[in-house]
Amino acid sequence: MNLRRLFALLGLLIVGSTAIIAVFAPYLTPHDPFLQNLDGRMAAPFWLEGTVPGHLFGTDQLGRDYLSRLIYGARISLLIGTLVVICSGLIGTSLGVLGGYFGGRIDAVVMFVITCRLAIPLILVALTVVSFVGSSFTVVVLTLGLLLWERFAVVARTTTMQVRNLDYVAAAQASGASTWHILLREILPNIAHHLVVVATLEMALAILLEAALSFLGLGVPSPLPSWGLMISEAKDYMYFSPWVIMIPGVALFVLVLGINLLGDGLRDWLGAARDA
Amino acid sequence: MTKPAIAIDVQDAKRLFTQSAGAFAGTRVVRAVDGVSLQVREGSCFGIVGESGCGKSTLARLIMGLLPLSSGDILVDGQRLSAMDRKARARLIQPVFQDPFSSLNPRHSIADLVGLPLTAQGIAGRERGTRVAEMLERVGLPGAIANRQPAQLSGGQRQRVAIARALVLRPRIVVCDEPTSALDVSVQAQILNLLADLQAEFGLTYVFISHNLAVVEHVCDEVAVMYLGRIVEHAPTAELFETPTHPYTKALLASVLTPEPGLGIPDVGLGDAYPDPANIPTGCRFHPRCPAGQPPCITETPAPRFGAGRMVECLLAPPPSTASVSPV
Repeated sequence: MNLRRLFALLGLLIVGSTAIIAVFAPYLTPHDPFLQNLDGRMAAPFWLEGTVPGHLFGTDQLGRDYLSRLIYGARISLLIGTLVVICSGLIGTSLGVLGGYFGGRIDAVVMFVITCRLAIPLILVALTVVSFVGSSFTVVVLTLGLLLWERFAVVARTTTMQVRNLDYVAAAQASGASTWHILLREILPNIAHHLVVVATLEMALAILLEAALSFLGLGVPSPLPSWGLMISEAKDYMYFSPWVIMIPGVALFVLVLGINLLGDGLRDWLGAARDA
Repeated sequence: MTKPAIAIDVQDAKRLFTQSAGAFAGTRVVRAVDGVSLQVREGSCFGIVGESGCGKSTLARLIMGLLPLSSGDILVDGQRLSAMDRKARARLIQPVFQDPFSSLNPRHSIADLVGLPLTAQGIAGRERGTRVAEMLERVGLPGAIANRQPAQLSGGQRQRVAIARALVLRPRIVVCDEPTSALDVSVQAQILNLLADLQAEFGLTYVFISHNLAVVEHVCDEVAVMYLGRIVEHAPTAELFETPTHPYTKALLASVLTPEPGLGIPDVGLGDAYPDPANIPTGCRFHPRCPAGQPPCITETPAPRFGAGRMVECLLAPPPSTASVSPV
């Protein structure tokens, strides 16, 4: 087994296990992630002195079980990543396929919209939106979902341009098939493998951006155990209890790494399947 | 005997493409099809030959309605092609493309590929299944192939699938754009025979585009020779091959006798200075390469000369009526 496949399997393992943990979170958590215990604040994780039995990763500044919050945080990260990718994927793919297929003026408009999007600073927009409507899970998903589509659009556009000149598209046109059919059944299945790779990259980016927004206080609101928020809340204690910032940081790093490895693997695997 | 009806009537068809020549150089116009007129009789096989880049594939796409005309008109079965909707056109005229590896969507099953024209006409369910199975059998493919993917088929089988798809709606006209040139030599003959059988069975009209003169001689009733977007000579096949009139036709025919006939683009022995369709020579467009060129050819544009069922566009050619040996 070569190294690339090993990395891809590692990615699959990380993403898969995180997904399973996120789905079954209520059955896996030893404690209620929202339950505070002010007597048992800042208990150390199991590998340090001052650990408390039953709290494997210790407790935070309000005495909430850190492992339980971490597990629920995986739920939030993956949910945000998935919803953002669905939202941005729909927008970006539609724009890109339309521009790439029709060309001409429609393409010029699509390119203009993409360029406009690239000129928008993401964090500043998120800041503005949150200060207007307040921060919530939905606002984060919509803000990221409505802004992170440009890579989908660029990739969908160029791959559509390649596919649209192939004879099977001409054959479908000559068969009397509708434009709708050609876009959905002839072109989309043949560019999907490129889009899957973009989706993994965007998902990783969305998770990181959510963490960044939460860290800035612009993401999901406070009692929710987002990893970014955990890091943000822990930063006041990091000099004396560095693990409160380390644990969610490592979780974030591992998940994003896993998604990117999986994306690389999918690109190799889907590319090979097409060439076979 | 009544004269056979005209299936396709191309009237001074032109198709220009605008190309960007670079950021500051503006655009240049490529005259891919530059005033082609031809008539295809119902039930005949009409060949179009020429080097690659002469505009024959563009002409095929114009006849199939896949590209809009820049000017001129194409009448199919007496109706203007541009006035027909996509579905009506599909019932009348269908394509067979050169490369069955790119003309079949790799994501669809054979049944879906062959059934697509039916689906587009709103025919589904059992009727679609029966007609697909019938057509697959007719082109010589086992019925079990219907559930396979194109990747599991050989080149010859794929081209049979493409032919089945083209005929499943029982169109009257099939445009074959180099239908055999991507296939192994051993398979080419099978596909040509299949096309000939199907023509006889369904009374099809073929427009047959090729750079392979041997194939054209074998299957076509009439041949038009294309050069730089125009038809320079047009005659019944036997006469064209016996008494080529245009110097370009002569050069093409001479190239057939090279030791490797029909393999790839023939070396026409005219040098490789293939002229640029964006910058067409003055006068006769063939004059820079013409072995028989005379001074007037550089300035004077030849008009088409007709006679004895033939057409030639050359200043030096004798009037076709004397060139032709067959009585009218």
